Amino acid sequence: MQVQSYFSQIDSLEGELATLNLGPTHPATHGIFQNVMKMDGERIVSAEPTIGYIHRAFEKLAERRPYNQITPITDRLNYCSSPINNMGWHMTVEKLAKIEVPKRAQYMRVIIMELARIADHLVCNAVIGVDTGALTGFTYMFQEREFIYELYEEVCGARLTTNIGRIGGMERDFSPTFHKKLKQFLNEFPAKFEEFNNLLERNRIFMDRTIGAGPIEGKRAMDYGFTGPNLRAAGIDYDVRVMNPYSSYEDFDFIVPVGINGDTYDRFMVRQEEIRQSLRIIHQAYNNLPEGDYHADVPDFYLPSKEDVYTKMEALIYHFKVVMGETPIPAGEVYHAVEGGNGELGFYLVSDGGRTPYRLHFRRPCFIYYQAYPEMIKGSMLSDAILTMSSMNVIAGELDA
Amino acid sequence: MALTNELAFARIEQKGAHFIKSSETAYDGMLNVVTTREQIIEFLRFLRDDEQLQCNFLTSLCTVHYPESAGEEFAIVYHLHNWMDNFRIRVKVFLPESDPSIPTATTLWPTANWMERQEFDFFGIQFTGHPNLTRILNVDEMDVFPMRKQYRLEDGTRTDKDDRYFGRDGNYAQTFD
Repeated sequence: MQVQSYFSQIDSLEGELATLNLGPTHPATHGIFQNVMKMDGERIVSAEPTIGYIHRAFEKLAERRPYNQITPITDRLNYCSSPINNMGWHMTVEKLAKIEVPKRAQYMRVIIMELARIADHLVCNAVIGVDTGALTGFTYMFQEREFIYELYEEVCGARLTTNIGRIGGMERDFSPTFHKKLKQFLNEFPAKFEEFNNLLERNRIFMDRTIGAGPIEGKRAMDYGFTGPNLRAAGIDYDVRVMNPYSSYEDFDFIVPVGINGDTYDRFMVRQEEIRQSLRIIHQAYNNLPEGDYHADVPDFYLPSKEDVYTKMEALIYHFKVVMGETPIPAGEVYHAVEGGNGELGFYLVSDGGRTPYRLHFRRPCFIYYQAYPEMIKGSMLSDAILTMSSMNVIAGELDA
Repeated sequence: MALTNELAFARIEQKGAHFIKSSETAYDGMLNVVTTREQIIEFLRFLRDDEQLQCNFLTSLCTVHYPESAGEEFAIVYHLHNWMDNFRIRVKVFLPESDPSIPTATTLWPTANWMERQEFDFFGIQFTGHPNLTRILNVDEMDVFPMRKQYRLEDGTRTDKDDRYFGRDGNYAQTFD
């Protein structure tokens, strides 16, 4: 019988424990995650996660690719907020090559990164809604996310795996359509977002489902290597944007929201407030967008314009060198971290002077905090476990690299 | 008072000079301290619990393979972070390929659990005392440690990606098989 395979073995321990195989492919897990759970009725006694289903050997691949070809790999880490990964990688290489990026490019990056954060948090929070039974908000928020993808499209031509920006700045300046659409977004999004917020924030059913589901205490979260919204929901205000400002984040005024209990409701609320703060940052960056160039003058890394390549010898040589990866790279080791959608996304880059990294290690926040999942769901109901997973926003791409 | 590399190093020298095998300021300005595998756990515990250093957050743990440095083929790199003073420190331990074992840091941070499993999975580092040292991202049946330099990424017939064209002498992939 089909059912037999799901409840495959019954252990007897003061009654009956059932082994439940949740995943690897299951609509409620939003990705390829397998958890083999020991169940006492509907309560979880223990869980054993298996990961690695979409492992693509990014760290190994990066050892055979020139620096500019690694950007598309970073797209596929946290694919809900690819631009943050892209920018984080560019900044790592810029730190290694000691490239100073013009202020305009830094502000442009901030706008794109905060849009990405909004898109990332929207997916997560809308999905928390879905898992509690509220599908409506999700359908509206996905339209907004779609609109952010249209904004990406104006800046880089792609929607999901963006490969946005270049080492040394941005690939192109903001287009007139981008300006138009960004203004439209800033005007229209907040009202829609608050409507979504009102559907859930004080909703009795939603609160009953989320408050107290999958809690983790602050110190424990820290010992488990939590960063980002999940850590802040537990009450610790660590944010890389404030602690180690990059790309001119020190110029902007924003608050770091924190929760108290570290449960699903707090994680939801922290992300909601972060979306508002991201909007504030975008407003500040966009209204004060400096004049100037959108990329640094680094011909060793930054591709010359096509007209120049066709008409000027020097540009042709630089184009060839960039494309063939003949760029001189200093030897040394660099650690650079950015505040990704889910926490501290770190790049540990060891260069031996070759044209590819000697070693590139990604500090992937999802991978690090997902190991706390069995502890967080122990003793809770199965339906809480589903909610806890979606509120942790575990992205399979980042988990498995 | 904000912690700087100098102050932190002075503190380590004062309280635990025996831990330091060598030290340097890395290219990115972070303080690097090399210690031995016999002392690593005590050193990490000291960095974590010392009231001035307070490096109590394990940011990441990774391995670098240097097949050409005999006796020190593997470098285990720990990144620690002090959130009070925003101070980062990098701790390294070098291990020989003949015996790549090191005590586990799971006794200090539960987060080291998967980080160490990942390094075991890709480099074959034996973390002694680890509660569950099994493969994590690769299939259980795999019998190699794929991130080691001797394992080629792509089909060996490709010559356009020879290491000599990547600014290095020789080809690790060919030297080792």
